[in-house]
Amino acid sequence: MNTRATATVHGWLLLLPAMACLALFTHWPAVASLIESFYSTPRGRRPARFVGADNYQQMLADPIFWKAMSNNLWFALGTIPTSIALAMLMALWVNDRIVGRTWVRMSFFTPTILPMIAVANIWLFFFTPQYGLLEQIIQAFGGSNTNWLGSQDTALYAVTIVAIWKEAGFFMIFYLAALQAIPPSLGEAAAIEGASRWTYFRRVQFPLLMPTTLFVLINAVINAFRMVDHIFVMTRGGPDNATTLLLFYIYQVGFSFWDTAYAATLTCVLLLLLALVAFAQYGWLERRIHYR
Amino acid sequence: MSAVQPQAPAARSDPYGPKGLALTLESTGAILLALIWILPLAYAVWAAIHPSEYTTNFVLTAPLTLGNFSRAWAAAPFARYFLNTFVLVTMILSFQLVLGTLAAYALARHDFWGRDVAFALILAQLMIMPDALIVENYRTMARLGLVDTITAIALPYIASAFGIFLLRQTFKTVPRELDDAARVEGANPLQVLMKVYVPLARPTYIAYGLVSVSFHWNNFLWPLLVTNSVEARPLTVGLQIFSSTDQGIDWAVICAATLMTSAPLLIAFLLFQRQFVQSFMRAGIK
Repeated sequence: MNTRATATVHGWLLLLPAMACLALFTHWPAVASLIESFYSTPRGRRPARFVGADNYQQMLADPIFWKAMSNNLWFALGTIPTSIALAMLMALWVNDRIVGRTWVRMSFFTPTILPMIAVANIWLFFFTPQYGLLEQIIQAFGGSNTNWLGSQDTALYAVTIVAIWKEAGFFMIFYLAALQAIPPSLGEAAAIEGASRWTYFRRVQFPLLMPTTLFVLINAVINAFRMVDHIFVMTRGGPDNATTLLLFYIYQVGFSFWDTAYAATLTCVLLLLLALVAFAQYGWLERRIHYR
Repeated sequence: MSAVQPQAPAARSDPYGPKGLALTLESTGAILLALIWILPLAYAVWAAIHPSEYTTNFVLTAPLTLGNFSRAWAAAPFARYFLNTFVLVTMILSFQLVLGTLAAYALARHDFWGRDVAFALILAQLMIMPDALIVENYRTMARLGLVDTITAIALPYIASAFGIFLLRQTFKTVPRELDDAARVEGANPLQVLMKVYVPLARPTYIAYGLVSVSFHWNNFLWPLLVTNSVEARPLTVGLQIFSSTDQGIDWAVICAATLMTSAPLLIAFLLFQRQFVQSFMRAGIK
């Protein structure tokens, strides 16, 4: 089978540059994180030594780790359903011939292309105590002062709102594409049957949007673990770790405290969470979603 | 002007399209939400083009000024940051396109030993995004002696699973007959790729290019970690350092700097709105 052998050589030669980069910057670092999580952090003249599960024990006893995990969970629960529901609503609106449709669509989509680090500055001002914009609006209605980003009760909500604002318009695009792909004959048939607008949405549009919802859901879950840029500007994890998310904590441990072994251990937790998302996607959700 | 334009077929009426009062209500709701969504940007524009004393004082007679922009421009080496970001996104996109095209071609049109395993290994990057691997990637860059270079910012991203996947899907739709015809003409595999596949995948390249440029223009965490000098810092990191230090919290200047760093993408978006929206759509559907 000479041709087969040639094809294999050709195929791998074409793949080689991309595979080499992936191996060096994706596969190897993932494996290295796992290995390193079983070693101590080298300090000064003391080299790294094998410590077994010590790092993991340290992690389980670390209250900030648990705080970061629960923050991230609330952040995910806050951003994922809200941004998906808003995205669907935006797409349904923009899909109809409403007044000012082009402008409305542009407004929804604009946050997607703005740098998170830049818009976080503007949001920071919105939430600033006393003379921030939100505060002024509340005072105009006779409300009292709140330090939105400085209070443990509200800081996580504030960064969650910014994340929703940033990603809803991005997800809207995918729903819009899916809505436009629904054949108009379905709407006509439903109208002849006398179905209400709500029934048409619930029985026709919503089920046909399910593959899009799955795609958007996966993206939203990954984003919930990835979006930390605005934390750097708005709170730096504070007050008292109230807005420390897992990836931000990895950054702090790895690059502020320079405890690389512990950072590798936390990275393994993040990778495990992402792997669970992947398995959920292929194993469970794919089967439950009805494709056309 | 004499040619009679063919009459466009009348758009099919949508039986569920809102009319009358329903349309008014729906439009009002959509416009209200759109106003909330655009408010941060609108506010930044207001603060940036008025003197500082009008930052929170919304009177229509406030004088206009470009002073905030020139103060921001003078206060930090933004010209250098722009150049760095420009070099960065160009470097990333060109490598992504070359590496992605070659890999996608192999996956789409070559049947060889180990192909499915290779594809699975590539797709792993969709889940394990480079952002999660900052600690190890930093060590790698330190070993390679690349810390604080633009190359170091670019390297983890130049092989993009997303790009490879997108191009593979596109290449698979190219009719086999075209491929065979080119081979009969005596073209070698690389010529077939360049003469048949690449031209036909043009819309995908444009879509991917826009998505990639906007992503890397805006990327922050990894560039923050791996750079520590003006010579390597991209705009996002430069802006963060500028707005977090000794500005005495002058919101007008910070807003001007914020708009400045977003301006190229924002202007491109406003000019080519349709292409942007369609590109993001195309990139997501595949």
